[in-house]
Amino acid sequence: MHKEFLMGNEAIGRACIAAGVNLVAGYPGTPSTEVLETIAKENDGSIYVEWSVNEKAALEVAAGAAYSGARTLVTMKQVGLNVASDPLMSLEYVGVKGGMVVLVADDPGPISSQTEQDTRTFAEYSKVPCFDPSDAKEAYEMIFEAFELSEKYGTPVFMRPTTRVCHSYQSIDVRDYAEYEDHRPEGFVKDSKRWVIFPKLSYANHAKIEERNDKLSAEFSYRSSPNTFIEGNTTYGVISQGISFANALDIVTKARSDKKQVPSLLKISTPFPFPDKLVSTFLNDVDEVLVIEELDPYIERHVLQLCGKNHIDVKITGKLTGHVARSGENMPDLVQKYISDFMGWELPSCEKMNTPELPVRPPVLCAGCPHRASFYAVKKAMKGKETIFAGDIGCYTLGNAMPLDMVDTCLCMGAGLGIAQGVGRVKPDTKCFAFVGDSTFFASAITGVVNAVYNQADMTLIVLDNSTTAMTGHQPHPGTGHTMMGEFTDKIDIESIFRGIGVETVVRQDPFKLDEAVEVVKKVADEPGVKAILFEAPCAVLFKPETPYEVDLDKCVDCKMCIREIGCPGVVLKDGHVAIDTALCNGCGLCSQVCPCNAIGKAVKE
Amino acid sequence: MSTTNIILCGVGGQGTVLASKLTAAASMSKGLSVRSAETIGMAQRGGSVLSYLRIGTCSSPLIGSGCADLIIGFEPAETVRALSYLKQGGTVITSDRAMMPVTAALQGSAYEGSKMTDYLKSLEGGLIGKLVIVNTDKALADLGSAKVMNMVLLGAAARGGFLGEVGIEDIKEALVKKVKPQFHELNFKALEYASI
Repeated sequence: MHKEFLMGNEAIGRACIAAGVNLVAGYPGTPSTEVLETIAKENDGSIYVEWSVNEKAALEVAAGAAYSGARTLVTMKQVGLNVASDPLMSLEYVGVKGGMVVLVADDPGPISSQTEQDTRTFAEYSKVPCFDPSDAKEAYEMIFEAFELSEKYGTPVFMRPTTRVCHSYQSIDVRDYAEYEDHRPEGFVKDSKRWVIFPKLSYANHAKIEERNDKLSAEFSYRSSPNTFIEGNTTYGVISQGISFANALDIVTKARSDKKQVPSLLKISTPFPFPDKLVSTFLNDVDEVLVIEELDPYIERHVLQLCGKNHIDVKITGKLTGHVARSGENMPDLVQKYISDFMGWELPSCEKMNTPELPVRPPVLCAGCPHRASFYAVKKAMKGKETIFAGDIGCYTLGNAMPLDMVDTCLCMGAGLGIAQGVGRVKPDTKCFAFVGDSTFFASAITGVVNAVYNQADMTLIVLDNSTTAMTGHQPHPGTGHTMMGEFTDKIDIESIFRGIGVETVVRQDPFKLDEAVEVVKKVADEPGVKAILFEAPCAVLFKPETPYEVDLDKCVDCKMCIREIGCPGVVLKDGHVAIDTALCNGCGLCSQVCPCNAIGKAVKE
Repeated sequence: MSTTNIILCGVGGQGTVLASKLTAAASMSKGLSVRSAETIGMAQRGGSVLSYLRIGTCSSPLIGSGCADLIIGFEPAETVRALSYLKQGGTVITSDRAMMPVTAALQGSAYEGSKMTDYLKSLEGGLIGKLVIVNTDKALADLGSAKVMNMVLLGAAARGGFLGEVGIEDIKEALVKKVKPQFHELNFKALEYASI
């Protein structure tokens, strides 16, 4: 063992390597992405790692490997689990041979997600055992346990950290290389009674799964389980999980050192199967319990159920009683308030500050981002027309911000295509556009194109092709020409996909040639049926900036059209006049094409 | 053992992460435990970012209101935004250079960085026990690089004794291990730059 300072996701990745994982597949999504990246970067070349086209594909690839006896890891964010849920629900009934850990990162807040769904609830629904770590250290140690449990009981196992666990760093003990485990899978052994799901098999296995989960509930109630009990000096109890527990522990530790009366603490790190015995024992020694958890009132419901089942007379408070907020994160201040109210402690008073007005700083498309140019071209071309601009998931969701205001809807990966079709069905005169990024296109938009062509929709599909998965940190995908194993492959060509499906009009266009781009949009949008424009320009983050632009103050009339029209962070106001922030400017030149006075041009080098 | 709580704040892309990692490495080499947390994802794109860094024994990487011993601010308005974290008499080390959000340009009202630094000065001796404002434009011109702002601010914190048990020599040692040799001299100069 030696100490390292690791991010939660790095710790999970490193633990998987040390546990002898053979195959890792996933789809990028904040806050889960760094787990797979760590394994790809840190392993000795013996582990197969892929970014799959989406979460469903990842889970299926891993299932095949796990059938063959390999230790496997699948990574995704919580909404990715919705995509992977079809194979996973069935896989639980079939089971695995090699250990399979399904890492699903939840995002209370949400900080960068569409939903505040709770994978613990999904675990119960799918009957898949679930671990819920409270920090990087616990996550590291749990991975070994998760693989062992998975192999012992032949079931996939959830590992579900939340954002604050995924993205927090901690100095932790990690195994030396000599301590790494080595797993040699034997390969797939034919046994159709085991690997082919039929109603009869599902019926038989269902009963076994329920029995197994009862057994696991008892196992998780043992002292050696990761669930932790810390005795207080009152008959009050706090039950918690994850980062909420870490915050609660800091607050209670401080209160204890201040000689306050403190509650007993119980941390639930194995939410499913719920450790009934452990919690019942805890409930027997307290009169009142506060449950502090993020997302669903998952623990609280189980505690209430136990009280009912075992006739335990304890007052339970939490989300269901309005004592804990039902949405958002449990940050230290909130946990301090919850526990103080519960224990009757006085809250530290804080003075109101007369802070000057602070600038609002919403996230924006980067300076030089090609999406800005694409959105602006469509906006100009469609000015005055009845339109719908259906957006999608990626950096380009930020196209909704003023002044572009070019994203009317955003739902989930790949949904924009269907939404544009639906809007058009209701009001056929509407010019329907769907914007989709290249990675999202491969992940889940192709079926939408097939649907549109087959059902003869009238719409324009705009592919914002920047040749990467930008939002999550530039992962490769089928259109980039390389894999996560570092191999070069043939790029899957988006235009050919369209042509194969039967889209006749497919135009490739550089969005930074503004006038040309506007004309292309006008022409294409007027054609009937399904047509596509591929706006192709690389992500601004991946390329060295070109010569920055500058404003010729003699020509500039301060109309501020550049600022009002495109909202680039590189175009700023300086002493009341328009100026280019050369540190930010990427030299894309869009502003110079918007300027009516020809006042913006490439900076002349001194 | 007491915990030193540090907030690093700025705008996405300003490089708060290296400063936080160096401090962590320096702390670990002294046998101290460290926890930190940072903003990753959509918010990074030009949004406000805040990192927590805690040296010593603790369970959570997060810091509550009024609990930070030190705020290292890479942007004056972001420093003011983070003030609720500062404990009474805590230290603030900040850059004076304002970063304009797109919204400010759109509304036609550039905000003044000096308003923020004036406000910080007005709190000195009250909420703020020790205030160090770094003239960033001058510093970067003097040092000849736009990339070492983080080391200027971190150096001020270390030399002022605001990183708990971690001193400037510990930071330098950590820096030598993390940064390529050709950048050592520049970074050392940056660490020693600010007057405190």
